[in-house]
Amino acid sequence: MTNKKVFNWLDERLGLTAIYKTIFERKIPKVNWWFTLGSATLFLFALQVVTGIMLSVYYVPSPDKAYDSIEFIMSGVAFGWLIRGIHHWGATLMVITVFIHMLRVFFYGAYKYPREITWVTGVFLLLATLGMGFTGYLLPWNQKAYWATTVGTSIAGTVPGIGDFILRALRGGDDLSGVTLARFFAAHIWIFPLLIIILIGVHLYLVIRIGISAVPGKND
Amino acid sequence: MSGSHNLSRRDFTKAVMTFVGAVMGAVVGIPVAGYLVSPAVKAQKTDAWVTIGPLDDYTAGQPALFSFTRAKVNGWEKTVNSYGVYVVRAEGDAVKVLSNACTHLGCRVTWQQDQNAYTCPCHDARFGRDGEVLSGPPPRALDGYETRVENGTLSIRLLE
Repeated sequence: MTNKKVFNWLDERLGLTAIYKTIFERKIPKVNWWFTLGSATLFLFALQVVTGIMLSVYYVPSPDKAYDSIEFIMSGVAFGWLIRGIHHWGATLMVITVFIHMLRVFFYGAYKYPREITWVTGVFLLLATLGMGFTGYLLPWNQKAYWATTVGTSIAGTVPGIGDFILRALRGGDDLSGVTLARFFAAHIWIFPLLIIILIGVHLYLVIRIGISAVPGKND
Repeated sequence: MSGSHNLSRRDFTKAVMTFVGAVMGAVVGIPVAGYLVSPAVKAQKTDAWVTIGPLDDYTAGQPALFSFTRAKVNGWEKTVNSYGVYVVRAEGDAVKVLSNACTHLGCRVTWQQDQNAYTCPCHDARFGRDGEVLSGPPPRALDGYETRVENGTLSIRLLE
């Protein structure tokens, strides 16, 4: 009884029931399993945030310690292999779900009026997710990471005219170095996540405000 | 919630969701907790004999400081710790080796020949030649090490 009283007191002031109804009891058309990919992606993102924060407890973004600190996570810390494994495979899976989610929206024509802004924020979310993958790939600072980033930043450097500038901006100098590792780390744990959280906020607001589109019929 | 014993579809779904949610929470939560406290449950024990040198280098009745360092791997880093011990030789082979860490709060004590005492700079603790407390806040005498003399060479057992 007391619980009910406390809840009612809070609900009256915070509007919890209204929030719950708006999010979970909104009207949706009859849809299929392809419509679960947005939620799946959101879940994976939350998992990446949790495991990423956990990894940052032991990871050190410096050229002489990054590799050793990951070795320590893998073999010296309880469940380190699991946390890193979830982060690694979660990242791959998230790129896949984001991509199929985009294809679903595209083929069902769900990006059309009035959902253009939802689509545009989605495009930026896709790019930010790929950015997370690209910056996260360097952090283990092993041979594969080093050369993948060398190649990746070189590709960015082939842009006509300003290619050299982009290359140096990405690498923080002419060559891959500790500066590159530090800025990739900052991008990976601060810049991209912040961007993704803001974009997810707008994306979800629009999904709830406008509602989701139905599976198109023969005449649509 | 109907009065019958039959579970409604909604209640069944709720129960299943609660159960699945709890399992997922445990699957993520338990490893995360283990991961975070991992260094706390792994005690790093040292048990080694450290050679101090020929016993004859030390004068009887005259505490002398011997310093050494030991490397320890801590996570991804090798840390070098410094140790200081006072070798207090009595007559013959009788010898005592005391840690120079004050038993109060761990500051380093120094032997003062004129005061015939080890003094601690932090809280004015004073210890006698054999480590016993003379004055000040320390709860016990200076910690001693197990010693061994082989072929005239003194070693101490470092246990921590």
